[in-house]
Amino acid sequence: MGLEEKIPDSIILTSLDKMVNWARKRSMWPLGFGLACCAIEMISTFASHFDLARYGMEVMRPSPRQADLMIVAGRVSVKMAPVVKTLYEQMPNPKWVISMGACASCGGVFNNYAIVQGVDRIIPVDIYVPGCPPRPEQLMDGILRLYEKVEKESVKDVRDEWGRRAV
Amino acid sequence: MTETNDQHIVNSGTSLDIDARIRQFLIEQFGDAILKDEVFRGDRQYTVKAEKLYSICRALQDNDSLDVRWLADITCVDWLGHPEEEHGRFEVVYNLCSLSHKYRFFLMARLPGDNPRIQSVVDLWHGANWLEREVWDLFGIRFEGHPELTKILTPDELEGHPLRKDFPLTYEQPKFSWNLNEPPEIVK
Amino acid sequence: MATGEKTITINMGPQHPSTHGVLRVIVELDGETVVRARPVIGYLHTGIEKTMESKLYYKALPCTDRMDYLAPMSNNLGYCLAVEKLMGIEVPEKVKWARVCLAELTRINSHLVWLGTHALDLGAMSMLLYTFRERELILDIYEACGGQRMMTSYIRIGGLAHELPGDFDVRVRKMVDTISERMKDYEGLLTNNEIFISRTKGVAVISAEDAINWSLSGPMLRGSGIARDLRKDAPYSGYENFDFKVALGKKGDAYDRYLLRLEEIRQSLRICRQAIDGMPEGPYRAHVPGVVLPPKEDVLYKMESMIFHFKIITEGFSAPVGSVYQGIESPKGELGFYITGDGTNHPRRIRVRPPSFVNLACLPKLCEGRLFSDVVCAIGSIDIVLGEVDR
Repeated sequence: MGLEEKIPDSIILTSLDKMVNWARKRSMWPLGFGLACCAIEMISTFASHFDLARYGMEVMRPSPRQADLMIVAGRVSVKMAPVVKTLYEQMPNPKWVISMGACASCGGVFNNYAIVQGVDRIIPVDIYVPGCPPRPEQLMDGILRLYEKVEKESVKDVRDEWGRRAV
Repeated sequence: MTETNDQHIVNSGTSLDIDARIRQFLIEQFGDAILKDEVFRGDRQYTVKAEKLYSICRALQDNDSLDVRWLADITCVDWLGHPEEEHGRFEVVYNLCSLSHKYRFFLMARLPGDNPRIQSVVDLWHGANWLEREVWDLFGIRFEGHPELTKILTPDELEGHPLRKDFPLTYEQPKFSWNLNEPPEIVK
Repeated sequence: MATGEKTITINMGPQHPSTHGVLRVIVELDGETVVRARPVIGYLHTGIEKTMESKLYYKALPCTDRMDYLAPMSNNLGYCLAVEKLMGIEVPEKVKWARVCLAELTRINSHLVWLGTHALDLGAMSMLLYTFRERELILDIYEACGGQRMMTSYIRIGGLAHELPGDFDVRVRKMVDTISERMKDYEGLLTNNEIFISRTKGVAVISAEDAINWSLSGPMLRGSGIARDLRKDAPYSGYENFDFKVALGKKGDAYDRYLLRLEEIRQSLRICRQAIDGMPEGPYRAHVPGVVLPPKEDVLYKMESMIFHFKIITEGFSAPVGSVYQGIESPKGELGFYITGDGTNHPRRIRVRPPSFVNLACLPKLCEGRLFSDVVCAIGSIDIVLGEVDR
């Protein structure tokens, strides 16, 4: 899926990159899925006071097939890890992951038998948002940083990256 | 920190009357099954013989005037490596309430370290179902007569019972079959 | 999805918008009717009890915030009361009053989130936006107290973490006035709403007898007409000084529980107001050398306080051998801490009696024989928090 697969190798595409990245950045749909405490702060971010709709992101998709941003909000237990991985795999390319909070990023205070010590052990993460739980402003900052990252992406690099991941 | 002063005062919103009545009831009916009877920080705690626990619960539930109908909690304590272990490694704790008398007390039963088992109280209280499953999952106490004694919290792959004291806290089991065949990471 | 002879089995969750987190329910349907519902939990199992047992009594406190993350102060309160009971600490009057006020703020906070998400599940989207707007007022108070929005760990063993902020009473009064005013809006949106009534009235019914047998507590038990409230039955932290009523339901259905929780918000507002009006003066932490941390101001200027501070932080204190249980009325029901000391500075056992875990066990009872859409309503009206169910 996606534009990348249809482009031949030998063309330089700076303007197309710009256009595509602009469009992707402006219509990022997060997956509506929360795990623990951070999910409540994530809901706060989307709710009236902080109002993430200002950035064109208010559409939470309950189905992973329609989402392109996964916010891992909360601790990932060993039992949940396969589910998170499946959800990630079900999301169509291009897709990004924000690891929200200390537990998702590194296990947080729960260094024990039940918690996966960082969600990056099972899926690739683009942005880590620290905090326990992060404030809504922090999450917003994380999302804006992700936008910056998306802006710098090139269609060709992304394709190569997918190729690497698929192997 | 007055340890001796509160030995005879039962608080937790109780009237002394019901405390004495339940005590009398237990001593009359199950005198030889009660191994220990103490008040610690205002909580009345009876240690009873494990094989008699079910019949005590049943008798308490059947007695209308005592009205011990609400099972608050079932849990377990692992005394591994402590002097208390000589009475039995596991201490199963039943937290019982009488709602109309606003009274709470505890029944404890000691179980041995290998193959701990006790009769289930699910047929007396539906609420005991998940509580017993949890104790089985985390401590490995087998509740005999439980309709479905399976894991409830931990993943199916996890071997062992994590809340036992001999289970390491940061134990990490090799998991996720998808990287089973990958070569091990080389640490430089 | 698998088909039996007549029935069809559907998996709901663990990623499902109306399961309030990561609850998974396997539902067996005959047409639209639920034949069997089987909740599967453990997707958020964090090993909190084991983690707490490996820490000193002081350092186990932050773990309690992360169980019922909608009511962090209630968890702090329950844990601190249990440790205080084990160690025989008596806290100053002011601490008791402040704790009551904070616990009631938490109750309002938790019920507001419940109201928003429950209404959202039943199709009333705008409710969430309103309740989260009011919730920010409470979070602002938390932030002023503990410096964090949610996981404050503000209630500590033997007292509070710091002095209450100077404008605490002003903030609470403002919050009480605002929410009392806006309760009318919530009621206007839902109480007589035809859709809401038909989704909740007569749904997820549990009788008083069953509620007792299933060990339910909190609004689930009171919704069936049983006046069980630990704030009245076994008053802790000075609740006997407050004038409030225990809200009761009659039929034990989801609509009754909705009305009951609204009434609880009103009663909590009353308690908050009383707590602010009657807040006594005094120290914010008990003076028990060697067990309770000395106030930070003293640590900086007094040698003895500094030594105690150092000793408590590094080695903690030793608890006697024995077990205590302290139950409190959390927004979800009876939250109990069963703590066993073994003579060392680590707890032998910390057991949390999780109200949502016990309440959730009766989900099959609530929805078997009912329509599939009622499962969502039943889950919502139990008011579960998966962090506490799985711990």
